Amino acid sequence: MGAQKKRAAAATAAARVSEDPDDLARQPLQAILLADSFTTKFRPITLERPKVLLPLVNVPMINYTLAWLEAAGVAEVFVFCCAHSKQVIDYLENSEWFSQPNFTVKTIESHNIISAGDALRLIYEQNVIHGDFVLISGDTVSNMLLTQALQEHKERKKKDNNAVMTMIIKKSKPSPITHQSRLGTDELFMAIDPNTKQLLYYEDKADHSKGTICLDKMLLAENPSISLHNDKQDCYIDICSPEVLSLFTDNFDYQHLRRHFVKGLLLDDIMGYKIFTHEIHSSYAARIDNYRSYDIVSKDIIQRWTYPYVPDVKFCGNRATKLERRGMYRASEIEQSRSAQVGSFTVIGCGTKIGSNSKISDSVIGEGCTIGSNVLIEGSYLWDNVIIEDGCELRHVIVCDGVIMKAGAVLKPGVVLSFKVVIGERFVVPAYSKVSLLQQPTVHDSDEELEYADNSSGTVEFSSIQGTADQSNGEMTSESSEAHKPKLGTGGVGYIWSICEGGQEEEWRHSVAPIPEDKLAELSEAMDDDQELVTQDRTALSTSGELISDSNASEGDDNEDSKDDSVYFEKEVEATFLRAVEENVKVDHVILEVNSLRLSYNMTSADCAGAVFYSMMKLAVKTPHSSASELQQNTANIITTWQKLLKSYLLEIDEEVCTIDLDSNYICIFSLLVN
Amino acid sequence: MPDTQALVNDFLNKLKKRGSKIEGSQATARQTAELLRSVISQQRVPYTNQAGALIDAVKAIGEQLIAANPVELAVGNIVRRVLHIIREEDLSLTTAAIGGLNLSAVSDDENDDDRDGDSTLSAAAVAAAARSTLRPPSLQTLLEDTPVSAAVPQTSSSGGDSEGKSKSADKSSRSRKLKHDVIEAVNELIQDIVTCHEQIAEQAVEHIHQNEVILTLGSSRTVLEFLFAAKEKKRSFRVFVAEGAPRYQGHLLAKELVARGLQTTLITDSAVFAMISRVNMVIVGAHAVMANGGVIAPVGMNLVALAAQKHAVPFVVLAGSHKLCPLYPHNPEVLLNELRSPSELLDFGEFSDCMDFGSGSGSPLLHVVNPAFDYVPPKLVSLFITDAGGHNPSYMYRLIADYYSADDLVVQRRATAGN
Repeated sequence: MGAQKKRAAAATAAARVSEDPDDLARQPLQAILLADSFTTKFRPITLERPKVLLPLVNVPMINYTLAWLEAAGVAEVFVFCCAHSKQVIDYLENSEWFSQPNFTVKTIESHNIISAGDALRLIYEQNVIHGDFVLISGDTVSNMLLTQALQEHKERKKKDNNAVMTMIIKKSKPSPITHQSRLGTDELFMAIDPNTKQLLYYEDKADHSKGTICLDKMLLAENPSISLHNDKQDCYIDICSPEVLSLFTDNFDYQHLRRHFVKGLLLDDIMGYKIFTHEIHSSYAARIDNYRSYDIVSKDIIQRWTYPYVPDVKFCGNRATKLERRGMYRASEIEQSRSAQVGSFTVIGCGTKIGSNSKISDSVIGEGCTIGSNVLIEGSYLWDNVIIEDGCELRHVIVCDGVIMKAGAVLKPGVVLSFKVVIGERFVVPAYSKVSLLQQPTVHDSDEELEYADNSSGTVEFSSIQGTADQSNGEMTSESSEAHKPKLGTGGVGYIWSICEGGQEEEWRHSVAPIPEDKLAELSEAMDDDQELVTQDRTALSTSGELISDSNASEGDDNEDSKDDSVYFEKEVEATFLRAVEENVKVDHVILEVNSLRLSYNMTSADCAGAVFYSMMKLAVKTPHSSASELQQNTANIITTWQKLLKSYLLEIDEEVCTIDLDSNYICIFSLLVN
Repeated sequence: MPDTQALVNDFLNKLKKRGSKIEGSQATARQTAELLRSVISQQRVPYTNQAGALIDAVKAIGEQLIAANPVELAVGNIVRRVLHIIREEDLSLTTAAIGGLNLSAVSDDENDDDRDGDSTLSAAAVAAAARSTLRPPSLQTLLEDTPVSAAVPQTSSSGGDSEGKSKSADKSSRSRKLKHDVIEAVNELIQDIVTCHEQIAEQAVEHIHQNEVILTLGSSRTVLEFLFAAKEKKRSFRVFVAEGAPRYQGHLLAKELVARGLQTTLITDSAVFAMISRVNMVIVGAHAVMANGGVIAPVGMNLVALAAQKHAVPFVVLAGSHKLCPLYPHNPEVLLNELRSPSELLDFGEFSDCMDFGSGSGSPLLHVVNPAFDYVPPKLVSLFITDAGGHNPSYMYRLIADYYSADDLVVQRRATAGN
């Protein structure tokens, strides 16, 4: 290691000598690969094996990342190893990655690092990065071409020295019911300048219960146009300039890449650093953040979205696998009983035996597994050398290496069995439980990973929406707590972990199992109630993501009664306004009507302006339009027609709404999800 | 040796990248041949059984190459062609030696002098004679006497040439000679691959007539050159280009055709049937031609072939001889197809809500299948135009007997099964 570092440092020194702008452009592209996610989402598995080495469709995750980096033209990769660094380094040394021409992989090892920020600070100290670099974590699967994004980044950098980072984003609609993306991450809100693609706002921990997001009014004042998105997915692939590393060093409290660094840069207007986005359309990129994304990315790979990184292409020394009809991937030397039914979109690893009358569908089976007869496996991930005896049932579970399931055992959806666990005969493992040979650590002092204090804050509030969730999980709690002692049926070995952190009602969000029907129904019901309470459109940001100006958002502080009032008031104003538009009522008359409404509901004129403005916007969105520019045109028309109406309220009120109004001719307001 | 190993690894990497590094079977074939040439030149040959050593070396590397990308059949074809060349050269050397012995009964030294003094013709004749006795007779050798030195035996006659020129007296130089001859022959093979477009295009005038309407699908460089050649010979004709979804390579073809001044009409793939009645001839390229005369071609080709058959329009396939594959398509849809990324068909972001596996049963309801190739059965093909002339689909197996040794087919099959 030491020698390697020294060599790298020497290379840097040599490169520094010839550092002028022209040389910089020609420098080989470097990448920093963080082989540690600095979270605990994959526990208990990650207590025994680092996340980047977990098999994803029978190939360790890091191989997908490295194969992509190589294909994308990266010349040098620094793999930063922290948790289980020995395993990662051993794996890489035995793999073919160290012997590639034109592609060097170097490892940097450290044990006392607890966050991505620390890791980047350490890399900065080592002085190995001397140019633009790609920052990625070792659990990212992608097949995008970097050239264009890189080109854009370099051109921007040439024009504006403060453009330090380009984030790769991808369109992906979040579920309107659960407010999470298909990858199981929280709904992400971004404000992007549609012309320059500059990132202006980034919020991944929005408060869903209120259904509002608050934008700084300066954002609207300073930018001629912004577009708000909740249908973008952060791919966690960043193209960074070397300044990023020094920024991390300057701000020693930056830990998390997004929560601290990105938000820090966006808020900090003294230095004026800018972050830009690059949207990819046809290519694929996703990061495996939790069990749900593990499940979904696996299915994407099987469905070949990640081509050429699919099981039947040998992109990194994986075993030859043949693709058969209906998406069945089969390696060689499989023993399969004639009566066994292997369904579509299944991957079966080399040397696996499948007994008679077993049914397997939508699953990934690793190498050397033995599956008995009458076994049912559905949507599950079995890693290598798993033994499943007769009559077991597995639905939507992850089963790690060397697990033995005795006859008749049942795994309910969402179960995770860590390495070498033994499940006793006819034992039923309750849903969402995690079983490991290691006991659950009581104090978070393991050298491996660290969880952040504010990690759970965003999620706890959510539980209040679905009050009944606790009920359905109630029985599970009792079961899991009593099973805290090693009890996995006769002959079982292992501990069932109690689910305490993050709240177990959240388990379904991030588990491998699909969200149960009743949960979805519950959530949508809760959402409907919510919507009726507050206005129809405003709450559900996901269904109609209209821009909410400060005047509207400020109501959030009001208590329920006045909220109701204001809702009715707004409805009335809207109705009045619409009628006025339809019947061509004179502006003066409308003002009179709105004034009477104002008096009867005891509202301020600021409220009137807000309500009128809101109705205008709504009208604009509702007018049939085909493109964004047409929408903008409509909006401008309506505003100019009814300028007088708006102005009559704006004379008296504070200037923040004023700014909105005066700018509104230029602000193009895009409805996020104009359905 | 380490040199070749690095070369082989480099090429293997390129092959594994599936088209992102090497595009087209011609480039792949050429690079394979060049790689094998350097392998042969670096290979040390023992005193005895040099041909065996060379064959083993080529086979070992060939196996890896084929396994790296089984879909690109040109790799396997070239490996087999090179193996065949080695066998041929070995055969011609031994028969020449025997022949030489028979010709001069005086002394060894004189014998050699005699042979050197002899015209190359005698050696070639001997080699040809030996071939006809030691090899299963091909239609060409049976029916036509003159083309023996033209088409297939070109390689061996060159062997005869070099044989005649080289001043090899002692037996130890025979090993070098074999290698030398093989390399010469492989050079010729590379030359053939490089010039295959021109050789095919030369025949264009015989097939494209004045005021005809030609239909093609997708883009193929062979087709492009073929059409250009006819255009250069002052033929005036019109071309219909089916765009070739989902990669839309037809658009590129249309662009290039227009750049050369050809009257071009671009149509969608689904409009082929509607347009085919106005077409005089369908000319398409292929990914591979199988031993039974079936064609593996870009997706949509079967549709065009069926439409052509319905309207009795000749369906002509252009293919360089490196695309001629000695395997039979026992189950081509599965074995020799490649399913590419669904993102060529639809935008992932737009459909991301259809692929939310997190709800319902957890199994995706939307499947997107994007096969790269179609299989066109031989009965739908009217004519093959290769660099060796026009052939009927039923004649393909004869061509294959000329280009490949039966031994190599079996070995390759075992090699692929071994993986």
